[in-house]
Amino acid sequence: MANTQSPAPDIAPGLMAKAIKEGLFAGVLALGMFLLFVGIETYQDIDNRLVWRTRWELLAVFVLVAAIGRFLMVGFITPHFAARKLAKGKAGQADSAEEESFFKRNFSKIAILALLFYPPIVVYLYGVQGSLKFVDNFGIQILIYVMLAWGLNVVVGLAGLLDLGYVAFYAVGAYSYALLSDHFGLSFWVLLPMAGILAAFWGIILGFPVLRLRGDYLAIVTLAFGEIIRLVLMNWSEVTGGTAGISGVAKASIFGIYSFDVGAPNNFARAFDLPMSSAYYKIFLFYVILALCLLTAYVTIRLRRMPIGRAWEALREDEIACRSLGIDTVKTKLTAFAIGAMFGGFAGSFFAARQGFVSPESFVFLESAVILAIVVLGGMGSLTGIAVAAVLMVGGTELLREMEFLKHVFGPDFTPELYRMLLFGLAMVVVMLFKPRGFVGSREPTAFLKERKAVSGSFTKEGHG
Amino acid sequence: MEYFVQQLLNGLTLGSIYGLVAIGYTMVYGIIGMINFAHGDIFMLGGFAALIVFLILTSFFAGIPVALALLVMLVVAMLVTSLWNWTIERVAYRPLRGSFRLAPLITAIGMSIVLSNFIQVTQGPRNKPVPPLVNDVYHFGSVTVSLKQILIVLVTTILLTAFWYIVNKTPLGRAQRATEQDRKMAALLGVDVDRTISITFIMGAALAAVAGTMYLMYYGVASFNDGFIPGVKAFTAAVLGGIGSLPGAVLGGLLIGLIESLWSAYFSIAYKDVATFAILAFVLIFKPTGILGRPEVEKV
Amino acid sequence: MTPGNQTMTTETILKIEHLSMRFGGLMAINDLSFDVKRGDITALIGPNGAGKTTVFNCITGFYKPTMGMITMTQKGGKQYLLERLTDFEITKQAKVARTFQNIRLFSGLTVLENLLVAQHNKLMKASGYTVLGLLGIGGYKAEAEAAIEKARVWLEKADLIDRADDPAGDLPYGAQRRLEIARAMCTDPEVLCLDEPAAGLNPRESLALNTLLKSIRDENGTSLLLIEHDMSVVMEISDHVVVLEYGQKISDGTPDHVKNDPRVIAAYLGVEDDEVEEVIHEELDGSMR
Repeated sequence: MANTQSPAPDIAPGLMAKAIKEGLFAGVLALGMFLLFVGIETYQDIDNRLVWRTRWELLAVFVLVAAIGRFLMVGFITPHFAARKLAKGKAGQADSAEEESFFKRNFSKIAILALLFYPPIVVYLYGVQGSLKFVDNFGIQILIYVMLAWGLNVVVGLAGLLDLGYVAFYAVGAYSYALLSDHFGLSFWVLLPMAGILAAFWGIILGFPVLRLRGDYLAIVTLAFGEIIRLVLMNWSEVTGGTAGISGVAKASIFGIYSFDVGAPNNFARAFDLPMSSAYYKIFLFYVILALCLLTAYVTIRLRRMPIGRAWEALREDEIACRSLGIDTVKTKLTAFAIGAMFGGFAGSFFAARQGFVSPESFVFLESAVILAIVVLGGMGSLTGIAVAAVLMVGGTELLREMEFLKHVFGPDFTPELYRMLLFGLAMVVVMLFKPRGFVGSREPTAFLKERKAVSGSFTKEGHG
Repeated sequence: MEYFVQQLLNGLTLGSIYGLVAIGYTMVYGIIGMINFAHGDIFMLGGFAALIVFLILTSFFAGIPVALALLVMLVVAMLVTSLWNWTIERVAYRPLRGSFRLAPLITAIGMSIVLSNFIQVTQGPRNKPVPPLVNDVYHFGSVTVSLKQILIVLVTTILLTAFWYIVNKTPLGRAQRATEQDRKMAALLGVDVDRTISITFIMGAALAAVAGTMYLMYYGVASFNDGFIPGVKAFTAAVLGGIGSLPGAVLGGLLIGLIESLWSAYFSIAYKDVATFAILAFVLIFKPTGILGRPEVEKV
Repeated sequence: MTPGNQTMTTETILKIEHLSMRFGGLMAINDLSFDVKRGDITALIGPNGAGKTTVFNCITGFYKPTMGMITMTQKGGKQYLLERLTDFEITKQAKVARTFQNIRLFSGLTVLENLLVAQHNKLMKASGYTVLGLLGIGGYKAEAEAAIEKARVWLEKADLIDRADDPAGDLPYGAQRRLEIARAMCTDPEVLCLDEPAAGLNPRESLALNTLLKSIRDENGTSLLLIEHDMSVVMEISDHVVVLEYGQKISDGTPDHVKNDPRVIAAYLGVEDDEVEEVIHEELDGSMR
């Protein structure tokens, strides 16, 4: 925006004046924006009447931060970066030819190895009970999002179909598991593939009528379908338990050999004479979701090198050209939808087994938005980028729950959790502003004649819908 | 019959509000081809601004005439939301204009999350009830019309007329239509595209603020997550009417309002939103460009 | 005797009969009939707006013609009515492929990948519709290698072998044109429809294109139907020329015949209608004398 001024290293004469002007402007703007919402607090008094009081100090902080921030931005930060860019441009692109480091080349292998040893290390460091938080909140929570985002990646990243209702398939998977295990007593390992198939089936049913829609129309209809499924789950109380949902969903077992039910004779902890703890179940679940993630990644990587995967990417690039080459684009889109939905279904049934409880609350539009955001922030089509985005976005916000020390800074009333989604939203905006193509913008070709060269993001298209 | 007319009136009122919000969606979509997901939250922000102004007014000037109070609420809400939308466009959307198509969509979703959580953090998560402003009701046979409803429909009509005039008869409207058709060409012909887009966001925000104020007046309660469902419905209205088309947005809004109230009246309240979304899906499947939308032809 | 003249007598591969296409009130094509012979390069020429691309879009299924019949006869004698098939079936079953006036490559895929996507249907079958291929059963691997081999052959022919692993969007314009042709050829078509293949090419590239097109005709036995404005290309390589004006055929024959047809001259030089009459009369008089 503001990089029009000369990037000379010595401060240009007009620059300070400009920075002061812009800073003042930002301050006035912030005053207008925050006067009502920050300067005044509304609350209910003892009689439950809505009353208000002022918060001028807080308002002053907001206005000052905006003004000083803008002043520094215009006066120092932007010229500094512009100057650096210029210097870099003069020096040529020497640093781009640099050999990739060992770590970068073997990133996925190292990551998988680290994940495999994550639970034992955490148990070793924090004890069995102490590991719970790390395995569950950080490990499982992040991996679920990794899996969901990788599933959605097939639809959005590869086939270029904008799906804003992906969470519907997650819900289908979760409710399939909860209901079928409840009514028929089937085990997790039978229901896991079944939930995937059911979700894929729903993907086809929902996909069939809407796939001839283009672009944003497809987006809004998928959003509508996602909401319809959630609303039906919420209102069809006889079957789904309504807003209360279904509780007491059966736990997964180690292939029926060991159970994690406290009362069961083949309880895992009892069998190995270990102290009772829910941590074992979580560690087991960690490995289950890790395996599911790896399966998703493996299938996605394989599919990309198959004709169907290439057709997906071709579809994202140019649908008409696809049709001119004899590709049935409707079938191609449907397979993308079905496979994406299937992964969502797997993740859903896993989610139900982990929570032991499902309710429509977990499948709101915000979840779809978060998953889509992870896919786009990571870089559409790139598994590594998406995994990194999931770790940063989900892990980062989970981390906020842990920031007890902030209470010492902002006082005991401060609850960092409240700011979780606020910061998540801000992070979405900021990452997009700096990296519109996501963390990994380039694309790996699926076949090569002489050498595999990554395709720069400036050539790939984002699909029409 | 009276019951039907009653529901029709309720639907019309609700539809007016949706229509006003839908215009914001449709204008932004028309001019920069972006689904402005944060628009629903701008509507919510407008409602909150009106609420806070109302609280301040009633505590300082206890006996203030209702009409004056409403007017002040409307004006302040419009100003504040315009500021917000202008800033959001400058900070979060403009730098991404012309880049990767999904990037602005993601920032818009991000802004939507930011706005609703900002209000949750600064104003608290609880519902905010306000005492009713306008209580008068009139009876025509067994049909009851409240003054609120009349006000809402009246304000909507006046605003739409003014709005129609701006878009069709002023140089500003011409600049908007030119930018919508071909941004580059418009810029070449001397239209200040950035300014035109900024003004579009301001106009959309002002209309959303009016809708937010009236929503507050109609339901008497505001909440930080009021942006999402009405927002999605208004967007649905815009798409239903044919996104990019202003009369379409109003028509879509009215239709959604009517569907909602008639469905609640004759079938079930629980499934009223399902009905709305299902009808949207049906319309789009059979007429993908909405009711009044221009067909989109891809040249081979 | 050029080989073109010999094949003039052979069978018809694509027969267009009474083709009409109406857009609202506009009659873009009006009762057009012509034949494409097997092994020929047939050129479709005419002034701007004559309806050439519309004819292409009708043949390749991107438009549904208002009226008329388009019959494709394959080598084995199998016949297809193209107006009854959808666009992708025309390429897949009837074996009629096309390129586009404004090049439509998969710009984010590499050159090689573009050619592999074109072999989609064959590879789909070989991979057992993905299921077997995913499990590693069956002959997918061998078939995939064969597909790369085929792509290599076309890359050599189109002189793109050095750019095989670069994104298609990174190629210069002329190379993109050649890639689009190579890609269409990877679908194993019997008829290839080219929409202005020489547009925007420099003389050297234009020459290379001629060689490529001739080799497609002579070595692959694919019949070509092309729209072209560049008369040097048309006259140099085509065996048969059809001239359109305002959606109607005004001339049909060998390049030499068409070149001297007064109606064609009039259409291109923009002569008034009564002058055309004059020209025709003069011509008739001349021939009678």
